[in-house]
Amino acid sequence: MSALWLAVLVTAAGCYLLKLAGLSVPQAVLEHPVVERVADLLPVALLAALVAVQVVADGQALVVDARLVGLGVAVVALLFRAPFLVVVLLAAAAAALVRLL
Amino acid sequence: MTVDTLPPAERRAIVRDGVAVGVATGAYGISFGAISVTSGLDVWQTCALSLLVFTGASQFALIGVIGAGGAPLSGAVTALLLGTRNTLYGLRLAPLLAWGGWRRFAAAQLVIDESTAMAINRESRPAARVGFLSTGISVFLLWNLATMVGAVGGRALGDPRTYGLDAAVGAAFLALLWPRLRDRRNQVVAALGAVVALGLVPVTAAGVPVLAAGGVALLAGVVSSRADPTEYPGHDDLPGGGHR
Repeated sequence: MSALWLAVLVTAAGCYLLKLAGLSVPQAVLEHPVVERVADLLPVALLAALVAVQVVADGQALVVDARLVGLGVAVVALLFRAPFLVVVLLAAAAAALVRLL
Repeated sequence: MTVDTLPPAERRAIVRDGVAVGVATGAYGISFGAISVTSGLDVWQTCALSLLVFTGASQFALIGVIGAGGAPLSGAVTALLLGTRNTLYGLRLAPLLAWGGWRRFAAAQLVIDESTAMAINRESRPAARVGFLSTGISVFLLWNLATMVGAVGGRALGDPRTYGLDAAVGAAFLALLWPRLRDRRNQVVAALGAVVALGLVPVTAAGVPVLAAGGVALLAGVVSSRADPTEYPGHDDLPGGGHR
């Protein structure tokens, strides 16, 4: 099996079990304030890191290019409460436009 | 909580809201499909992700790490860490939905941001169940359909950079993060997470910086002492779910 398929299947099995665990385990098992706060802050830290890495990392280098313009446009779109797909499309269009110029 | 039946008018209204959220959320499956195939996954792997993983942020994380040249397994670990929030949602949903046996196993796959938001604020069990199912099922169907369309279409695109698809990935993550940034502590954690990740980019393999940012959450969770008001998504956080 290729590494990609393995990653797809591991993610699938793990994500399903995480969902099932929430519906199945007694509430008291996971209801520790620290556990809840960490689980709750994880998406915040990870998503922010993913934004940063996607926008300015190029392999091992940090570069400023059209992607940063795309992110700026995304921020403006989000401030105007644009829907997800519009945010993503505007960011892509802005980056594509900068590369064209 | 009452277990009586739902008035037909109320049921229709809840289903209508659920389907609206499904259409709006499902539509961005197109961007997932297109970005996934341009990140190096094939159409089958892309469709398998939407069918089996079925939680947007984790799916985007996996293809994001792989697209950036990271090891597929470090992408999988990032995806699983993001998937832990569905466990929290499940804890809240379990007493509301109160399903056992095969129904619980089936319902588990539908535990996502959208179905949770459309279920946890209902006043009765039937209303919570209808909100959960109508949203979960419509998102599931449309997300998978849109993924396939995006994946097949994305293959024909050629170099993704020409269309700015690499910039689209960062925008997608930001849009997923956005509703949580209303909270001051979350803003600090997000900023620290981004700084830690960027600091590690030059000195570690792709995929590691994002995982290391998870450490910021661990530290902040241990140090701070207050619950997060944005912990569970509300109607307003959803595409098609808010009153704009």
